[in-house]
Amino acid sequence: MKKIVATLMLITLIGLVFSTAQAKTFRWAFQGDAQSLDPHSLNETFTLGLLGNVYEGLVRRDADLKIIPALAAEWQVVEPTRWRFKLRQGVTFHNGNKFNADDVLFSYGRAKMEGSDLTKCMATVKEVLKVDEYTVDFVTTTANPILTAEWSSCYIMDKEWSESNGAGSPTSVTEGKENHATRHANGTGPFVVVSRETDVKTVLKPNKHWWDTAQHNLTEVIFTPIGSDATRVAALLSGEIDMMYPVPVQDIQRVNSNEGTSAMLGPELRTIFLGMDQARDELLYSNVKGKNPFKDVRVREAFMLGINIEAIKKKVMRNLSAPAALMISPSLFTHSGQFSRPAYNPDRAKELLADAGYPEGFEVGMDCPNNRYVNDEKICQAVVAMLAKVGVKVNLLAQPKAQYFAKVLRPKWDTSFYLLGWTPGSFDSWNVLYNILGGPSEDGRGKFNLTGYSNARVDELTDKILVTTDAAKRDEMIREAYQITVDEHAYLPLHQQGLAWSKKDSVSLKQRADNQFMIYHVNLN
Amino acid sequence: MAAFIIRRLFQSLIVMFFVAFVAFTMFRYVGDPVNQMVGIDTSLVQREALRERLGLNDPFIMQFGRFVLKALSGDFGISYQHKRPVTEMLLERFPATLELSLVSAIFSLLVGIPMGVYTGLHRYGWLSRFFMMFSLIGISLPTFLIGILLIFLFAVQLQWLPSFGRGTVIEIGGWRTGFLTISGLKALIMPAITLGLFQLTLIMRLVRAEMLEVLLTDYIKFARARGLSNKAIHFGHALKNTMVPVITITGLQIGSILAFAIITETVFQWPGMGLMFLQSIQNVDIPIMAAYLMMIAFFFVLINLVVDLLYYVVDPRLRVDAVKAHG
Repeated sequence: MKKIVATLMLITLIGLVFSTAQAKTFRWAFQGDAQSLDPHSLNETFTLGLLGNVYEGLVRRDADLKIIPALAAEWQVVEPTRWRFKLRQGVTFHNGNKFNADDVLFSYGRAKMEGSDLTKCMATVKEVLKVDEYTVDFVTTTANPILTAEWSSCYIMDKEWSESNGAGSPTSVTEGKENHATRHANGTGPFVVVSRETDVKTVLKPNKHWWDTAQHNLTEVIFTPIGSDATRVAALLSGEIDMMYPVPVQDIQRVNSNEGTSAMLGPELRTIFLGMDQARDELLYSNVKGKNPFKDVRVREAFMLGINIEAIKKKVMRNLSAPAALMISPSLFTHSGQFSRPAYNPDRAKELLADAGYPEGFEVGMDCPNNRYVNDEKICQAVVAMLAKVGVKVNLLAQPKAQYFAKVLRPKWDTSFYLLGWTPGSFDSWNVLYNILGGPSEDGRGKFNLTGYSNARVDELTDKILVTTDAAKRDEMIREAYQITVDEHAYLPLHQQGLAWSKKDSVSLKQRADNQFMIYHVNLN
Repeated sequence: MAAFIIRRLFQSLIVMFFVAFVAFTMFRYVGDPVNQMVGIDTSLVQREALRERLGLNDPFIMQFGRFVLKALSGDFGISYQHKRPVTEMLLERFPATLELSLVSAIFSLLVGIPMGVYTGLHRYGWLSRFFMMFSLIGISLPTFLIGILLIFLFAVQLQWLPSFGRGTVIEIGGWRTGFLTISGLKALIMPAITLGLFQLTLIMRLVRAEMLEVLLTDYIKFARARGLSNKAIHFGHALKNTMVPVITITGLQIGSILAFAIITETVFQWPGMGLMFLQSIQNVDIPIMAAYLMMIAFFFVLINLVVDLLYYVVDPRLRVDAVKAHG
């Protein structure tokens, strides 16, 4: 008997040794955690990015951000306002349930319920119709050439699983109880959630029944949020984790000089810019009374010329930024090469200010977040110093994002001069033209235009751009709209901040410019 | 006695009510929770609807009243960020913080007292001078810096200890403990030292001062005259008499260990209540902030109540006064 036990133990031991030799556990960290596993709870890059490894939408984006088929095998525009999607057959959810048209109808319906933050999935959609078990029609209110552009994060949930677990609608904080989907997930994606402790650890394992061929070689994935920058860097340097992001810009050098680790840098899509209140007749924070200096285009141009963006790039961003001429990343607009940023020219800026009637300059208050974008507060401090050289005294108020956004965004809209960043969720110019450059109005246009800038021609072009399907014509209209806003210095674009990830050299992965991390591109050597 | 306890309990309730009131007043200045709960694409109308549903548009008194009524029944609401009941989240995080605080308190006592005794006995020894210098470092360096220094030495350079987290935890009846695994114990070392270092230096200096004072008293001289061994004098008589203030200070420092735990937990990504509280401030997660502050207030009130009761037991004069007052 003893012998049998001993043999059995030996076998198990050998099995254990063998399996650990085969195991490819990938450990990584980010500065925070996904807020919830519920795909409709929050429209935020990291939450949706993490979920993109577990859930899938009808479409997804490849490593170069091109829209490619996912749960929809193919689609066509039957008529301008009707899109037909052929669903992929033979796909199962992690619990074994079959994926079909009912799940699509359920998930898109759930996306527009109260408590959902992903109503964008249903923007311009009038109704969703089931044609047969594997065909779905989307009827839109107007022609919409970019219908699928925002859908890569509109994930499909299993109708049966959701409803039988009381997760038929997104979690509502007012209900006072937890929703099953908050900490459990049942998607169709390449990874299955094994366990989850919010803010501590999330363990994933590969989905063996994934419909697509896996391109990773992992057997387990452990994600840990590490909030403190120094600790996150230390965890990578000590080899406890294989990959982490973001790397603080001041630590890039250190990560690179350490043996076996390196930083991966790349341009991000987010554009950081300054906005100037051009709506009020008198600025809220300024010593100029009775008039608003920002209404004068010469003042806005002077600000543009007075900011030395190359110095900000070099000193503040440590070269991890791309100075911007437009309010959109050059990689998202084909004709962006036709625009260039005017060179730094403080003398001309002074002249312009004098012409506008401010030879001695003026004072203005500035709002800035200090924990939202890469080195946001330092950028603002640099701007303050640079504008001081052309005679403008800027009084900076840098606050944490929680206070900052509450102050500057509507309904409070309490700012004269501010720094903000924007990534068009659809990766398309219409989003920027509508939300940032559009004249603020009740229907939602210009909802994040805190400058109050408004140009009828730009708004007219924006409406046309939304419904024009001819790509060449559409791009030309976008170009014209941008040209107007550049000429009028509607905003002061600063730069696209850089992405900074870091990993062990033994890890290979793909870095997406939207800062979403797809674990199914990871290989451990 | 019973009347005293009841009176004290009643006063404790008033204290907690005021803590809640002050906390709630401050929440108006920490920012707008709605902006942290939705993506940037979310329209103003939807934001306003959410604000209305959360009751954030109600007058201050109504919000406060609702909170107090619910809190009385032990319900602290649901976290804005995590969409989970706050009480449940706090209970889940409690073991991590308690284990860390406990180990660091024990560490500071076990190391601090012998160091204090040694420096008290050998005032001018080179080791004493070293200890005194070391204690200056412990008192003057901020906690987060000590933590980062330890991480860079023991995690990055030597790679002996993990730089973050709790290691592998084992769950026993809802209590997640790190005491039972090697990785759990290893993960505990650096955070416990970081958190306990300040207390350690405090205790060491306290013991040293008390020892110096006690060694000059008449009964020690008398003990020497009687020819007692050094060992018996130092540890049997002197040390025993230095312990009273040490115990008092240790008790009172439990509160500050909890407060310092916020920083230590953040540096080491220690999944305790302090880390959760700090994150909730960044996200304006009012239900978590409120519940945490109430809980800490409750701890302080409890500690003070126990101390008061101990005085009552120890000090006969209090009892006499009470009898007089009633008599």
